[in-house]
Amino acid sequence: MRVLATIKRVPITGGRIVLSDDSRAIDTRHLGFTMSPHEECGVEEAVRIIEANKGDSVVLTLGPPEAVEQLRDAMALGIDRAIHLQTDGQEWDAEASANAITDAIRVDEAANGSFDLMFFGNESADSGGFQVGIRVAYALGRPCVTGLKKVTLESASVRCEQEVEGGRDVYVVPLPAVLTVKEGLNLPRYPSVPGKMRARSKPVAVSTPPRPAPRLELVKLAVPAGQGRRAEPLGSGTAAAPAVVDMLQKAGLL
Amino acid sequence: MSVLVLMEQGDPSLQMLTLARRFGDPLHSVDMNTITPFAPDCLAGLLSAVADEVNASAVFAAGTERGNEVMARLAARMGLPMAANCVAATPGNPALVTRQRWGGSLLEEARLHSPRPLITVAPHTVPIEKGPDPVDVDIEAVKSKLDQALLAVKVSEHVMPSHRGVSLAEAKVIVSGGRGVGSKEGFAIIEELAGLLGAAVGCSRAVTSAGWRPHTDQVGQTGTKVAPEVYIACGISGATQHMAGLKGAKRILAINSDPQAPMMQNADYTVVGDLKEIVPAISAEIRRARAGRI
Repeated sequence: MRVLATIKRVPITGGRIVLSDDSRAIDTRHLGFTMSPHEECGVEEAVRIIEANKGDSVVLTLGPPEAVEQLRDAMALGIDRAIHLQTDGQEWDAEASANAITDAIRVDEAANGSFDLMFFGNESADSGGFQVGIRVAYALGRPCVTGLKKVTLESASVRCEQEVEGGRDVYVVPLPAVLTVKEGLNLPRYPSVPGKMRARSKPVAVSTPPRPAPRLELVKLAVPAGQGRRAEPLGSGTAAAPAVVDMLQKAGLL
Repeated sequence: MSVLVLMEQGDPSLQMLTLARRFGDPLHSVDMNTITPFAPDCLAGLLSAVADEVNASAVFAAGTERGNEVMARLAARMGLPMAANCVAATPGNPALVTRQRWGGSLLEEARLHSPRPLITVAPHTVPIEKGPDPVDVDIEAVKSKLDQALLAVKVSEHVMPSHRGVSLAEAKVIVSGGRGVGSKEGFAIIEELAGLLGAAVGCSRAVTSAGWRPHTDQVGQTGTKVAPEVYIACGISGATQHMAGLKGAKRILAINSDPQAPMMQNADYTVVGDLKEIVPAISAEIRRARAGRI
């Protein structure tokens, strides 16, 4: 069994987003970074599948040199090796990202055989394009199911559950397949200390694909105006309880 | 110049029409339910054929889960770029769009370089305007010519929800806990207050990551987006990830020991102090108020 998980390095934005001077990026000078939440669940699922079935697990990212940190994080959870499509830090649009990822998958598959499953996040936390996994699946001619909260491997197929209003829709597709997943698919494990130690020496294959001109071209970013909520203090400590109940009563909720 | 729109039940599609009308007329529509059970590749194939047939200058859908999914498949199939979750759009090549990032915590202005812009419109960001209704396309002829392989990915079964109780997405009141609740057991006081109010219990991402509550309780960008009359945030710092799920909340009450927490700045009402004392005190006060009424 061969499984791929793709991830994206994104800043941990905290309470308030601050933009760079040219308004073309988030000011990340004081921020930490992580992998996009949906993708963390894709990594966990890939690790579980290889633990249960044996084989080869690979994590792939397209991002700046520092994104190797997130690749190491994924390998600390149990992924065997990494592919890093290194950028100069400029953003790539979803279409160009998908093309470069498709090319890298083709190269790896030519050397090592087809991936039975490929996990993508349903959408990235930052740019939220909702399309990279689908584009890769179309380019490779594989079935793709999106927005998954549960994945069950059957013999030569995979049962996929997608959360919809009023329950879950189920799809069963043959392997090899591309699955885009959402947070809640599983609860990702914390990396162990030995896991982190092992991750340091796991292989990372680096290449630097050229960046095509984006067809969805970022001009600038803006923080939307607040919702005009004006905090009205109802007091402090337990003495505030009557004021809270009064507010709930006025809202017609008691 | 005509425009093709993918229609679904509900307001998001009507909001989408507001932006679609700016890209031309008439509007030709294909309904999401035209392929049942849902088969997204088949819908994308159908839209692709219809877009060519009516020579559509642009294709629009609502930025719902399914709208974004089908549009992305259409984009992949046609080899065109796509702009998801737009809140504004002006025709042209490039078309100018403003779209949501970070679940709406940030807006991006972008140029969409495409002979046929593919755009989804973020739900509840654009007003519904009066205008010519879209005209249904007669799709039977197109449908009969579609490749059966497009039905490989289709819904084969529907599973009913396992948990009963008040659903987060539809709850009128939500009592929600964050890292400040301290532990899984700490949620007993949150559940008690929720029970008294007939409310749903929510939580922040820190709580689900710690395993204190199931992900189905999580409110935020990667959890559930909620729209209650009152949202009571207990010990939640108010990271953008969480606030992205709260845009529909009418009133927010924040209870936090840190008056500087972003949640306290973005609330309508605040109580400063230890939630472990304040939440039980509110429950007791509700019981007292109810007893007094009888």
